[in-house]
Amino acid sequence: MAAEDKQVVDFAKIKSTMSDPYKKPVQVIDENGKIVNQELFDRFSDDDLVTLMKKMVWERALHEQTMNFSRQGRLGFYAPTYGEEASEMGIAQAMKKQDYLFPAYRDLPQLIQHGATVKEGYLWSKGHYQCYDYVREGVRAWIPQIIIGAQYVQAAGAALGIKKNGEKDTVAYAFTGDGGTSQGDFYEGVNFASSFQAPAVFFVQNNGWAISVPRKTQTAAETLAQKGVASGVPATQVDGMDILATYLVAKDARDFVAAGNGPALVETLTYRFGAHSSAGDDPSRYRTKEQEKPWFDRDPLIRLRKVLTEKKLWDQDQEDKLVTQYKDEFKQAMKDAEAAPKQKISDFLKNTFEVPTPDVAADIKKFEAKESK
Amino acid sequence: MAKLTYIKAITDGLDQVLKNDPKTLIFGEDVGKNGGVFRTTEGLQDKYGTDRVFDTPLAESGILGMSIGLSLTGWRPIPEIQFMGFTMEAVDSIGGQMSRNRFRMSGDVSMPITIRTPFGGGTHTAELHGDSLEGLFIGIPGLRVVTPANPYDAKGMIISAVENNDPVLFMENLKLYRSMKAEVPEGHYTVPLDKANVVHEGSDITVVAYSAEVNEALKVADKLEKENISVEVIDLRSLSPIDDATIFASIDKTHKVVIAQEAQKMTGAGAKVAADIAENDIMSLDAPIGRVAAPDSIFPFAMAENDWLPNADDIEAKVREILNY
Repeated sequence: MAAEDKQVVDFAKIKSTMSDPYKKPVQVIDENGKIVNQELFDRFSDDDLVTLMKKMVWERALHEQTMNFSRQGRLGFYAPTYGEEASEMGIAQAMKKQDYLFPAYRDLPQLIQHGATVKEGYLWSKGHYQCYDYVREGVRAWIPQIIIGAQYVQAAGAALGIKKNGEKDTVAYAFTGDGGTSQGDFYEGVNFASSFQAPAVFFVQNNGWAISVPRKTQTAAETLAQKGVASGVPATQVDGMDILATYLVAKDARDFVAAGNGPALVETLTYRFGAHSSAGDDPSRYRTKEQEKPWFDRDPLIRLRKVLTEKKLWDQDQEDKLVTQYKDEFKQAMKDAEAAPKQKISDFLKNTFEVPTPDVAADIKKFEAKESK
Repeated sequence: MAKLTYIKAITDGLDQVLKNDPKTLIFGEDVGKNGGVFRTTEGLQDKYGTDRVFDTPLAESGILGMSIGLSLTGWRPIPEIQFMGFTMEAVDSIGGQMSRNRFRMSGDVSMPITIRTPFGGGTHTAELHGDSLEGLFIGIPGLRVVTPANPYDAKGMIISAVENNDPVLFMENLKLYRSMKAEVPEGHYTVPLDKANVVHEGSDITVVAYSAEVNEALKVADKLEKENISVEVIDLRSLSPIDDATIFASIDKTHKVVIAQEAQKMTGAGAKVAADIAENDIMSLDAPIGRVAAPDSIFPFAMAENDWLPNADDIEAKVREILNY
């Protein structure tokens, strides 16, 4: 054929440069606690900095105490959040009460920041219907999604609902991880929200691992942020171990979306320090200590602690006291969770349909008889 | 009363619910300007505007997933899945999500979603357009599965489905869309979602059927009447739940039953009907339960489908076999 030796499109060049606009993670303080962007840093008051530090200390304490409960056999499924404090709390700090939250199973800390209680989080893990009391009480948040991807399409629908309701300054958030971006529903959610120019903020907390499968197996794309671009959704990366950067980017994304500009997508670069879940997963089967080390060096608490300590806004004694106070609260939450009433199968049956069908009605009778014994 | 086709009766019902409830929304692939590939939503976008009746991107999981988010923000979605075979793309939204939400929320959150979808063989469609997939969905707790067999029910049931606060899978029969015309009342009326209907009274044998097979059974009832064989025909209308009371009342009278469905024998609603009878009313019968269904193969290539689909002849043969047992 003609012109076989002449290139019309330089696919090699496109491939080698296509990720460039998305490979610029925003950073304010680096892993050594050095302020790398003074202008952005100066936007935070001393109080702001202390507030953000406290949030991370709270999440780390929550993780530690929850792991203790898990080891004691007092919980069911729990997805550790160790290492992801800057990403989760930075985003949570940018959320507003009127926003709708569509979390996944590793997003309990944001859910609790949005209005759910620690007790409800523990009941979710244990498997008790009162875990969703926050929804009934009007907190605008949905369930920690198990079918990863489903939260993205549902958030797109909620965002469209917000738009149709004419609610101002209100957005829907969806959270997933690096593995979740491989789901068809991930793309469908982002694309639907874009097609309808609906107010959704999509977060990808890229913690490097989908159980044992590394980030690079999910896609050859150099960033996950660029996955928004195919749908016409502006996207960026942020250093997800830097809570100042994460907060600023999350806030910018929310402001942009809440102003009626359609959805946005943010990829936070973070790391799952621990196992996938509290039961059965052993990271030493698929990653080495050498691989983990650079990420432990980027621990989000270390860098902000350094900055705050230098500014004499923080000391170890103060942190230890806070940790004790938080853990006492979590212990009380666990006691409250353990005091939840015994569940009745007859109640579950009553909530299968609005009006029980004849088969369900027969089962209700059967179980009520059993339960009254 | 006007005579309407089955499809126009559905359009009329949708018009009613759009008019009566400003929170209802119709959306899906091609439902807007084009009025749906079968014209079921024809004229509705013009009448109610693009905010209420609108097209979506081509993605079934997205369509049903967004229905859940819309419900949570106070809307009453009526999504269309263009062909029932395409629900395969959206099974999580149905079975993993919307059907479980009332249970998850202890009865405090409803998912008033009506999923409309055409199905059924005999119109020489491409693959995965004509399959009867109700068997996949009747096993999902919390989901109602219904299918009308005539224009009157089509309008009354679509109105009931939308007004109901449970998620409803509303199956519309492709072959019946334009082949049936009947008197349909104007304005608002409802047909219950969980009541089977005795569409032909008889005393010698009961035929339980649904959707297009109801009409096949009625042909048999008319034909056998000339031989003084009296066939009672029951239209299930609801495939989940099943209205056992109506079936049991009939077989207590006739003592014989044939269950007819278009789906393969391994799926469909017939097996549940047979099990319910066997469990609860077997002593009323004086012959085995007869079943008419498609063979357990993949839905066939279009040019062969009429050899595969169960029809009036198959029902008649089974009725005679059970009567002469």
